[in-house]
Amino acid sequence: MRKVLERIYLAIILIFMYAPILTLIVLSFNSSKSRAKWGGFTLKWYINLLSDEAVASALFNTLSIAVLATIFSTIIGTFTCIAMIGLSSKLRSIIMGITNIPMINADIVTGISLMLLFRFLHISTGFTTILLAHITFNIPFVMLSVMPRVKNINFYVYEAALDLGASRPYAFFKTILPDIVPGIVSGALMAFTMSLDDFIITYFTKGSGFETLSTLIYNEVKRGIQPEIYALSALIFVVVLVLLMIVYRAPQAKTKEK
Amino acid sequence: MSKDLITLEHISKSYDGQLILDDLSLSIYENSFVTLLGPSGCGKTTTLRIIGGFEKPDQGRVIFDGQDITNLAPNKRQLNTVFQKYALFTHMTIAENIAFGLKIKNKSDSYIKDKIKYALKLVNLEGFENRMPDSLSGGQQQRIAIARAIVNEPKVLLLDEPLGALDLKMRQDMQYELKRLKDELGITFIYVTHDQEEALTMSDHIVVMNQGYIQQEGSPEKIYNEPENAFVADFIGDSNIIRSTMIRDELVEILGAKFACVDKGFGENKPVDVVIRPEDVELVAPDAGTINGVVTGLTFKGVHYEMDVEANGYEWLVHSTKLSEVGSNVGIKIDPFNIQIMNVPASEDEEAISETV
Amino acid sequence: MKLFKSKRSAGLMASPYIAWAIIFIVVPLCMVFYYGLTSADGGFTFDNIATIMKPGYIKALKRSIVLAIISTLVCFLLSYPLGMILASMKLKKNAYIVTLFILPMWMNFLLRTLTWMTLLEGKGVINTILEFLHLPTLNIINTNGAIVLGMVYNFLPFMILPIYNALNRIDENVINAARDLGAGTVQTFLRITLPLSMPGILSGITMVFIPALTTFAISTMLGGSKILLIGNIIEQEFTQLYDWHLGSGLSIVLMIFIILNMIIENLSDNGGNN
Repeated sequence: MRKVLERIYLAIILIFMYAPILTLIVLSFNSSKSRAKWGGFTLKWYINLLSDEAVASALFNTLSIAVLATIFSTIIGTFTCIAMIGLSSKLRSIIMGITNIPMINADIVTGISLMLLFRFLHISTGFTTILLAHITFNIPFVMLSVMPRVKNINFYVYEAALDLGASRPYAFFKTILPDIVPGIVSGALMAFTMSLDDFIITYFTKGSGFETLSTLIYNEVKRGIQPEIYALSALIFVVVLVLLMIVYRAPQAKTKEK
Repeated sequence: MSKDLITLEHISKSYDGQLILDDLSLSIYENSFVTLLGPSGCGKTTTLRIIGGFEKPDQGRVIFDGQDITNLAPNKRQLNTVFQKYALFTHMTIAENIAFGLKIKNKSDSYIKDKIKYALKLVNLEGFENRMPDSLSGGQQQRIAIARAIVNEPKVLLLDEPLGALDLKMRQDMQYELKRLKDELGITFIYVTHDQEEALTMSDHIVVMNQGYIQQEGSPEKIYNEPENAFVADFIGDSNIIRSTMIRDELVEILGAKFACVDKGFGENKPVDVVIRPEDVELVAPDAGTINGVVTGLTFKGVHYEMDVEANGYEWLVHSTKLSEVGSNVGIKIDPFNIQIMNVPASEDEEAISETV
Repeated sequence: MKLFKSKRSAGLMASPYIAWAIIFIVVPLCMVFYYGLTSADGGFTFDNIATIMKPGYIKALKRSIVLAIISTLVCFLLSYPLGMILASMKLKKNAYIVTLFILPMWMNFLLRTLTWMTLLEGKGVINTILEFLHLPTLNIINTNGAIVLGMVYNFLPFMILPIYNALNRIDENVINAARDLGAGTVQTFLRITLPLSMPGILSGITMVFIPALTTFAISTMLGGSKILLIGNIIEQEFTQLYDWHLGSGLSIVLMIFIILNMIIENLSDNGGNN
């Protein structure tokens, strides 16, 4: 009896979470523009969407910013974590304290503060400023996932490699790096998704005329929802679903192999 | 011994279609120190959890002091458990941990205070009232877990591999400590372990389990000296277990040589297993024993030497305080009282039991 | 600790990030404080911060706080039983079902909000269904209720995840020990489960409360232009009125709430430990 009630509760929450998304997906195939009537099945919104240059350029912007921000933030974050080993504990806690600021602070404040900086330095807002902002808020996510790995490094293995005649760089790449790679990978994935998903910080650092998917959707919504947006939502949902299933399944598959 | 306190009647339990306990029956006497001993997966912990009330058996009954408690919730049972890895409440102080059960029973503050003091004294941790569990060593946490259980004055204390997480020295100290506690409290201890030395040191009564069956129960001396089957013999201490033939009563043929023994009733020319403890194998001058062999290995073990002796195609394990060098020829002599005869497993099922480990 | 030949070489390796953090984290934050504490002519003033006490502003702030508290509470009440059920299922790490509950977290936040616009509109999906069933239609869109719904829908996974993790970490034997010592179901929950899951609850509260308190997109989309939250006001100061001083001053007010939230969280966390 209790089991049944528990299952019902899980089902209700899942329905609450997914029914709205499924409704959007259904509407994306509705040939009537009205949300209240089913006008028959159509793919025209998808066709319109694919031929829409604004969407194409926003998608390109979003992806290129996410990829570049991930690469830069992963490199900087990883190097910094490794460097932390050699720093005094005081300096380490200062660095971690500053790193925590963007994570704790509200996105709107982070966005505004960066906007003030860019305006003050007369850097014209657009691709570069968004990229700089994204790298800034991504580094903490990378460090947060690499740091525990770095703390657990077994230095005896590194010393053993040196003892067996390895040079310092060789020993580093053969013993220490493999230990922290899983942290780097998950940090990079985290950074990538954060970058894709961000709206607020992008909104304040983008300048006019430059759009990512998030800001494009926001503008469209303010103007009134077009069915193309539903098609876009459906596509994004499917992509997210597939990517996440791959990411979440991957580590399990690995442990099974072992 | 005195009267039965806990009786398990025909208990069966399975998880995910896998049988863990199969028609297990067991009686536990009042004021005894009973150990459930066996390899991991033998069902000993499940048995303990059924007594504690954390699992319900699929079949069978649990009788406590004459009452059926099979379906009674754990919080209504007159027994307490010391869990694996202690299970202390990390968000409470030591005093709060110990007071937990008493507060639930609405005991007075002064009573609780006295009890905490008494319990901490009993486990030699006076003055630890305001410490947090995380700040204690493994051995200390273990003592607190015991203190937390015994302040409730249970009739039975269940201990689930309580010393498993401790190092060797600490484990040995705690063995004496537990024995002392049991005598001081005068209650029944049911103790689960896979460590045969622990079982032999502390128990009044040992129940050897494997694959959901009770293999043998009895006093430590009986279990050690007269194992009833190859599994028990192999699990408890080192043994020479040799497939042999019972020629007639009080005569057994081992590796082609005839040895006098004391066992009767196995029939004539019947296959049997014999168990000979390594310390019961006596090395004598060549031809002075029943069979001859050559020493092939030697290890100094402190109190004794451990030697491997190749004789009649079997490598004998021998413990002796007298040294025989590697390569020397020796004779093997065995006192008839030290040859333990066991039935060869009849069914494949029993065979499976004896082949695990 | 012999990875680096000296502290200097480690410092050299960390220096790019240190420089980055100063330029893009510390300096911008200082600028918020600078603008917030000065007037247009450059003089020091508390006026920007004090503006929060003016009727329109204080109303928006109060509404933000109330809606954020309600949303956080609803998220907590929905998530805790869910976390308990999931934890009692003794799932493996990364189990499919847990992933399912946090997956919407990765779906674009604006699209998630958009779904509710579509559902709640006057001639939206829900009302169409209600009309079809001859039931009275709902008039939720552009109300506080719609905003709360949007917040709960968006931030629920952020509450579920830490609570589930905290509950899942509790050793089953600790619960058994409480039962063994005589505690009933309710006592075990109040004295053991709840206090031990407190860190998860607190981090869930922060992860829901702060974004709910500071959002402007959810209120824009589900509240129409009628209902302003403090986030909307700050956004307007920067993007429409170009009053950086006032916008920064109000941001400082927001940060005070964030810091207050952190202090309360730390206090209650320590309280649980003592």
